[in-house]
Amino acid sequence: MKRIDPAALLDAVAFGLLAVDSQGRVLALNERLATLIGMSADAAVGLPCVQVLRNRCGVQRCGAGESLESEENTSRTDDLITRDRRRIPVRISVSLLADPGGTRIGYLKTIEDLSGPESADQLLSTSYGFGSVIGRSPRMQRLFAMLPVVAQSDASVLITGETGTGKDLLAEAIHQASDRAKGPFVKINCGALPATLLESELFGHKKGAFTGAVEDRPGRFRMAHQGTLYLTEIGDLPLALQVKLLTFLDDKIVYPLGSTVGHPADVRVVAATHRDLGEMVRRGRFREDLFYRLNVLRLEVPSLREREGDIPLLLDYFLKRLSAELGRPIEGFAPRSLKILLDYHYPGNVRELKNIAEYCVHLCQEKRVQPAHLPAYLMEKPVSRQRTAPSLPAAAAASRPAGAENQTVIEAWSDIEARLIREALVKARGHRGRAAQIVGCARSTLWRKIKQYGIEV
Amino acid sequence: MAHLKPIKVLIPLLNDSVAPRFDLATDVVLVRLDAEGVPLERKLLILPQASAERLCQLVIAEAVTIVVCGGIEAEHFDYLTWKQVRVIDNVIGSVGSVLARLKLNQLECGDILREQTDADG
Repeated sequence: MKRIDPAALLDAVAFGLLAVDSQGRVLALNERLATLIGMSADAAVGLPCVQVLRNRCGVQRCGAGESLESEENTSRTDDLITRDRRRIPVRISVSLLADPGGTRIGYLKTIEDLSGPESADQLLSTSYGFGSVIGRSPRMQRLFAMLPVVAQSDASVLITGETGTGKDLLAEAIHQASDRAKGPFVKINCGALPATLLESELFGHKKGAFTGAVEDRPGRFRMAHQGTLYLTEIGDLPLALQVKLLTFLDDKIVYPLGSTVGHPADVRVVAATHRDLGEMVRRGRFREDLFYRLNVLRLEVPSLREREGDIPLLLDYFLKRLSAELGRPIEGFAPRSLKILLDYHYPGNVRELKNIAEYCVHLCQEKRVQPAHLPAYLMEKPVSRQRTAPSLPAAAAASRPAGAENQTVIEAWSDIEARLIREALVKARGHRGRAAQIVGCARSTLWRKIKQYGIEV
Repeated sequence: MAHLKPIKVLIPLLNDSVAPRFDLATDVVLVRLDAEGVPLERKLLILPQASAERLCQLVIAEAVTIVVCGGIEAEHFDYLTWKQVRVIDNVIGSVGSVLARLKLNQLECGDILREQTDADG
């Protein structure tokens, strides 16, 4: 009979597990917890549990001088701070660890990550949609009808569609509706990093594998264990890494850079691209075998031009949501504004529509959005969406960088605000108090915005 | 010691160690070091209640140059960094070992000063 490795068994559990001795020092933790808190098991063993877990109840208990016994057989909601400075809600259950003779040797803590959407039921409760993706056009209804089946399957998914159509939202909605919802949803943009960095990010590395590799890193595949790995802009994945990805999809084993030891990772891969992968295969820029491996389930998100009747629904949805968020009493669009918005062709798709709604909410001081509150380019370029081609040719789309459609036509409110802040800071010669006066907001608000937009001061 | 001017260090405490969380610390130690890293003055403060915002105010009011802490939320880390305060976070260890490392100018984010840590629950 084959023996089971107890460590592998603990790593396979969908919750974080932490074993501590009766003095409260860490004896062991599983990979799920290591990923959650951002600290390896090697580093944590022997340290006080409260320094490793950093949970509120644990810190308060230690501060009050209470022993671990007070936590025995409890299960309570709590929060902890991770190594990447996030505070996340958790549920921690504590049970007694005893040897075969019944003598207490320590405690086992089970840590459940409670962050993320409240429940799949809430996600699926939108009247016209799936998760946070909404629409009632026939194309979207057909897509929504497929999604529960896709979510329940464990096969790889390929999501295609123009930039701004909501591929990321769809990927996350699929994860949340799947049996892996309790596991992590890890996203990585294959086009955002150079090939060498991307390999290390995806597959991890061993200490000393290259200059600057000062410690072992698990990589995104292992971080997504028992969850979903979302590879966006898969069309930008370098050919060398395409081979490595294909090997993983076949074997489900991750080989970190500089290591010959493989680590099993139970990960569902969801990939997305705005490029025409079929065309890229024909041109030899994407591996055919990987294309077929990813293309097990294919979801094509239609452009907004192809979503008949969805524009008023989305305009209404975003206007209401953003008005509520910003505390503006805006009731809707004036008929003339609505006509202009319905006649526009939205090359940037839903992302552009959302940006327009945000612009309107910021500028409108009345109950209804008037044409004067719309971005000027909507009036300058009155292109009827009925007169435009249903979608751009695939080859043209494939040669276009992500987001290029938006750049020429839309400057989102966030871009405008960031520009105004930069200009004010220049005018105030870097004095934040004066810059805040120029912009017309409080110093603390200015500080928050500077941080939000990553403005260097 | 490579510090060019005197520095003021704030360390949130849990017993004699760096507190696991900045936002939950009610005891802090303020240490003024000379240019060689030798402690000139040490002040222990007991706060009426734990609050990350109050602690940030204290850091600014006391003109602290370095904060050594365990877990800290990004919002407070960014605020202090923006205020030109160096924040060395994710540190585990006793106050003594932290000050010894600071004197050598060798304390980094994420350092675990293992031999010095207290047993704790």
